[in-house]
Amino acid sequence: MTTVSKPAPAAAASAKQQFLHDAAEHVRDTGHRDFIRRALGGYYTSRDLQQARFRNWEHARDAASLAKWSAVNRLDELLPQFTTRFEANGGRVHWARDAEEARQIVLELLAAAKAKAVIKSKCMTTEEIHLNQAMEATGFSVVESDLGEFIQQLRGEPPYHFVFPCMHVRREEISDLFGKHLGTPPTDSPEELTMIARRHMRRLYVDADVGITGANFLIAETGQISITENEGNARLTAALPRIQIAIAGIEKVIERLDDLAVLLPMLATAGAGQPMTCYNTLYAGPRAAGECDGPEEMHLVLLDNSRTALLADAEQRDALHCIRCGACLNVCPIFKNVGGFTYGTTYQGPIGSVITPHLRGLAEWNHLSEASSLCGACTDVCPVRIDIHHHLLHNRRNAARTSPSRIERLGHRLFAAVANRPWAFAAGGWAFRKTLWLAKLLRPPPLSAWLATRDLPPAPARSFRSAWRSRQR
Amino acid sequence: MISRSQADNNAARAQILARIKEALRIPAPQPTLGAGPAEPTTAAGGLPILATAAARPWLPDGGDSPAESLALLEENLAKLRAVVFRVPDLAAAADCLSAQARERDWQQVAWHAHPLVEPLLAGVPCGTHQVDPGGSFDKQGLEICDAGLTACECLVAQTGSILVSSQTCGGRALSILPHVHVVIATLDQLVPTLADAFALIRERYAGNLPSMLSFITGPSRTGDIERILVLGAHGPKELIVILVG
Repeated sequence: MTTVSKPAPAAAASAKQQFLHDAAEHVRDTGHRDFIRRALGGYYTSRDLQQARFRNWEHARDAASLAKWSAVNRLDELLPQFTTRFEANGGRVHWARDAEEARQIVLELLAAAKAKAVIKSKCMTTEEIHLNQAMEATGFSVVESDLGEFIQQLRGEPPYHFVFPCMHVRREEISDLFGKHLGTPPTDSPEELTMIARRHMRRLYVDADVGITGANFLIAETGQISITENEGNARLTAALPRIQIAIAGIEKVIERLDDLAVLLPMLATAGAGQPMTCYNTLYAGPRAAGECDGPEEMHLVLLDNSRTALLADAEQRDALHCIRCGACLNVCPIFKNVGGFTYGTTYQGPIGSVITPHLRGLAEWNHLSEASSLCGACTDVCPVRIDIHHHLLHNRRNAARTSPSRIERLGHRLFAAVANRPWAFAAGGWAFRKTLWLAKLLRPPPLSAWLATRDLPPAPARSFRSAWRSRQR
Repeated sequence: MISRSQADNNAARAQILARIKEALRIPAPQPTLGAGPAEPTTAAGGLPILATAAARPWLPDGGDSPAESLALLEENLAKLRAVVFRVPDLAAAADCLSAQARERDWQQVAWHAHPLVEPLLAGVPCGTHQVDPGGSFDKQGLEICDAGLTACECLVAQTGSILVSSQTCGGRALSILPHVHVVIATLDQLVPTLADAFALIRERYAGNLPSMLSFITGPSRTGDIERILVLGAHGPKELIVILVG
């Protein structure tokens, strides 16, 4: 059984070739597939259990999708409202048009703070802008405090799944990793391994001068940011260092505090099969008068980085409703077979396949929309009702419009010509039935690609139309 | 390093907001609602929104009476593996805390000034460490404490959550840094649902929000290693709720 790790980058000429290569590798690795399925088994059970506690899950989905829809479609009004209130509470908002600007803002804040040690809680937006690499290149030491992210940082890999970052890693590998980096004795107990990380991290929280967090929601009504987590590492990251920096995409804004009464339990249930995630924390700003502790400064970086390009596509605008629960990954047959790294994106799985072409370019990333069985499982489980699998089709259509394939067009024209003439259709069918054995034997391209992983059934003795006619009699 | 000025920030803000305005010129279709949701009300911006009250009948139950809510709270806390002690009064709560301190061999309990917290400390058989709202924050002093004792803003029956704030519950670190978190609460602090908790925050802190409000739902946990549940990832391994009344 092979060990799954991030394949070396730039082994292939394009993102698509890399995808095809990595997908083939991972699909062959049945050990990896079994491991991922086993890891997800418990998730399905607890998700169903928690979903049943909702008196009407489907109606709750309606409410959640409407809350996000009305916020995303009023971003121009809600973002300034949020900013005004957040700054009135003593925080500072920094607007970043793209990844480079966001990195620059954070690096300047770190330099101004003369930061020596930075502690970070889980934040996919920082993965998107490759913040850790930029901080390290500038000489700041940064430690990921979320257990899964910490393991991935030690492994030198990005997250495998944007909610379960190291779900592909076996406990033995983690034991070896901790042995190598932290000098701890080997163990096969997940509990022991967790305690090793816990002990290692406590000193780092106390010593860090800057804490970097993400944000799950920005509440326009109150100017608070909401952070959802299970481990308590984000709570510590926002409690002990002198300065807190949060980074969030502009689409995270919601209108009212009350929207969280719907969104928080749904995020927990869809994301990890929990009634509520362990810590759901609202931060209004830095330490206030009369409080015992908390950071002296609080900064929020608001990131666009092509989100406005997705916003401009009214048809797919609801992809910005995403609350990053990861439910669509957990049910996706493609994700479960090709694994998280194959996507080559910050956001894996069906939602990643929808949004990545908008964030990084359709021409280079459209192949992700082909990596779908169009089964619609993702759409069925999405707590905010994003029409994910139809958006994959929309991306295919848009790609075909902007750079049509001549071969495909020729094929469609040929088929239309035949299908519009009953005699030609019958003759074509007859020819297919008679020559199928020959095709199987000779395997000419492009049929060879299809046959590489599939069998062709034997040709039927007669056509469907003829079988239908005899039934009618 | 060239410093980013206020003007740069304003320019970025203006450009992002301009892109948003341009993008929103084409409206996106409103999600179609099933038979459930009541007629959406119209918000200030002219777009429909759902009143939270309308969503309430679909969310997990919070109980229709105080007795039902209490039963739900206890059930949810048990499932979350929090420990609940029901006591008749504060004197009994103090005995309860002392018994826990003895049983678990605590050396040091951290606490904050609060009318529910102070009466519990008189007989506690170990050292105490007060977090001080006036002074500088002694991180190391708190880090070596075995337990943190705090009050709470309210308890939520629907989810088994405990709402703490940085204003009335000893700041940000007291409820997260020590290995055990002990919450002292009275029965009248119980609210049925999250929506009720938000209403309470709004009423209590209109215009003057605590810098942190945290819904704590069970002891700290992780499933990052093979999706196997482990309690006590970075926050408290144990959550003890002493419920008075």
